[in-house]
Amino acid sequence: MVKESAFQKKIDAGIKIEPKDWMPDKYRSHLIRQISQHAHSEVIGMQPEGNWITRAPSLRSKMVLIAKVQDEAGHGLYLYSATETLGITRNELIEQLQIGKAKYSSIFNYPTLTWADMGAIGWLVDGAAIVNQQSLRKTSYGPYSRAMIRICKEESFHQRQGYEIMSKMSNGIPEQREMAQDALNRWWWPSLMMFGPTDSDSAHTTNAMKWKIKRETNDDLRQLFIDRTVKQARLIGLTIPDLDLKWNPETKHYDFGEIDWEEFWEVVNGNGFCNKERINNHINAHLEGQWVREAALAYAEKTQNGI
Amino acid sequence: MGDKNLLTWEVFIQPKNGTSFQHAGNVHASDKEMALQNSRDLYARRREGTCIWVVKTEDIVSSRPEDQGSFFDPADDKLYRYPTFFKVSKKAKGL
Amino acid sequence: MANELLYKYVLSLGDDALILGQRLSQWAYKAPFLEEDIALSNISLDMFGRANLLLEYAAIIKGNDTTADDLAFKRNEREFKNHILSEQPNGNFADTMVRQFLLDAFYKLFYKELAESKDEQLSAIAQKSIKETTYHFRHSSNWIIRLGDGTAESHKKVQSAIDNLWMFTNELFEMNQTDNKMLAEKIGVNCLSIKAEWKQIIDEVLSEATLKIPKNIHMISGGREGIHTEHLGHLLSDMQYLQHAYPNAKW
Repeated sequence: MVKESAFQKKIDAGIKIEPKDWMPDKYRSHLIRQISQHAHSEVIGMQPEGNWITRAPSLRSKMVLIAKVQDEAGHGLYLYSATETLGITRNELIEQLQIGKAKYSSIFNYPTLTWADMGAIGWLVDGAAIVNQQSLRKTSYGPYSRAMIRICKEESFHQRQGYEIMSKMSNGIPEQREMAQDALNRWWWPSLMMFGPTDSDSAHTTNAMKWKIKRETNDDLRQLFIDRTVKQARLIGLTIPDLDLKWNPETKHYDFGEIDWEEFWEVVNGNGFCNKERINNHINAHLEGQWVREAALAYAEKTQNGI
Repeated sequence: MGDKNLLTWEVFIQPKNGTSFQHAGNVHASDKEMALQNSRDLYARRREGTCIWVVKTEDIVSSRPEDQGSFFDPADDKLYRYPTFFKVSKKAKGL
Repeated sequence: MANELLYKYVLSLGDDALILGQRLSQWAYKAPFLEEDIALSNISLDMFGRANLLLEYAAIIKGNDTTADDLAFKRNEREFKNHILSEQPNGNFADTMVRQFLLDAFYKLFYKELAESKDEQLSAIAQKSIKETTYHFRHSSNWIIRLGDGTAESHKKVQSAIDNLWMFTNELFEMNQTDNKMLAEKIGVNCLSIKAEWKQIIDEVLSEATLKIPKNIHMISGGREGIHTEHLGHLLSDMQYLQHAYPNAKW
């Protein structure tokens, strides 16, 4: 196919694909799936952290957390915006999320039980996301790449916020140290699962790599994250909950234990702790907001204000 | 009434006084006043702009990628439009 | 304490911002659409920023190494001096917007006056607040108009919110002993003098929104004396929980 090979030539030459360019149907649908799932993750991710906003233990930490959750809404919007350029509406995207047709990062199906979870999420979950995202700045689709560049710029304070909380707590009173270690124990393995299964097990990887939607393998990114984070944990006196964790002087990486992929698939398929709750909250907020959206549109129509 | 989408607006931000407006992305709003506010909150809350333009997405007129050749290429052989085409004495100031 | 009256005055202003900020922060991920989530958290952050500045100042006046966090997290229900309107529950989006609108119109005028304060700190804080308040007012009044003149359902909801919240508006303009002393020293604002203009602003917007002010409403006040509605206790027990659970911890 002439169009297909011209398209692939562009990809191979590092030329960005823009909304009005010709693209294979599979490229378009792959992107809609990937970008929207990234967007849904940001939006659902507001819930576990939003859970602790009103109870933040200091004015500063409260403001930082509000700003972080606000950023997540913003990131969701940048990504919905990018997805919409591919010919799908916001309402369609919302429906896909709510009926379970579209997925979101399963890490957000875990509950935030203590304030220390705010530290763990910022440090580990955002840390893992950053590793993924840096790589996506060079993705082939223009609007996605630009959204990712914007997101990465804003992301840097998120991880620092989390690490600062963990650091303060691990240097605090015994109850705080225990709380921090407990949070690390609960969030470590799910964070590793964020990178997804080993690529040979992932159906979408081949095309994704060929079309430069995905730039590095899941395993490579996961290793990068582990190597970085183990050092950070040591610095603040916390222990990674992995008895098999060991520095390998030959590979110059950390060897680590077996990930429980059964748990991963269970959560991805809807059987995690908070799956139902997260979606129900999203549905409720959307339903309760309907009269507001309708009023705004009715007013616009009445007054021809910008219509 | 079915749940209608809010309108989509394209957002352009002028980062600093005197600079060109840059496309930042899109935003949803029911009318132009709300579009401006939402754009400021979404794209300029870190004080990244002096001015914002919003245009309804449906009002954007775009050249077509397939026309890229005829639309843009003829400029290739009109190199005299670039200052580097001309050789001038280094002694000449103000050029 | 060196200046008990100034402390009380600044503390009240700080509490106003703190409690309203806390209410707004409860909207996280629950707004009618994402753009509005960002708008509400933006206003919330402005409120907390203002609260932080004011409570830090109050803490300095109090002395004894008091911090803004001490004031926010360790005082009890009777020691909070915020306007009762600020602590009213979020309810639905109309309830929140009406509460916001009534206060934004007030703060717009109040902080303009406070910018003239002889107290440099208060004047500086006020000047910063004016910019924010202008933006907040634009946002809330836009919503009052759209909800009032939107659909029958939105009109009903926002009119109901006005009917319910109107009783807390008189308090905004009451001048107690502290307020009068501060005014005499050219530090504080004469709230009575801005009441007429406030009413005018409200009337203009409500008229455009096809909404009415309820008649014969019995006004409620007491916030500045620590007499609050039952809502405040719950708000505080949630907000102050961690500091109370771990009194020796530093956060």
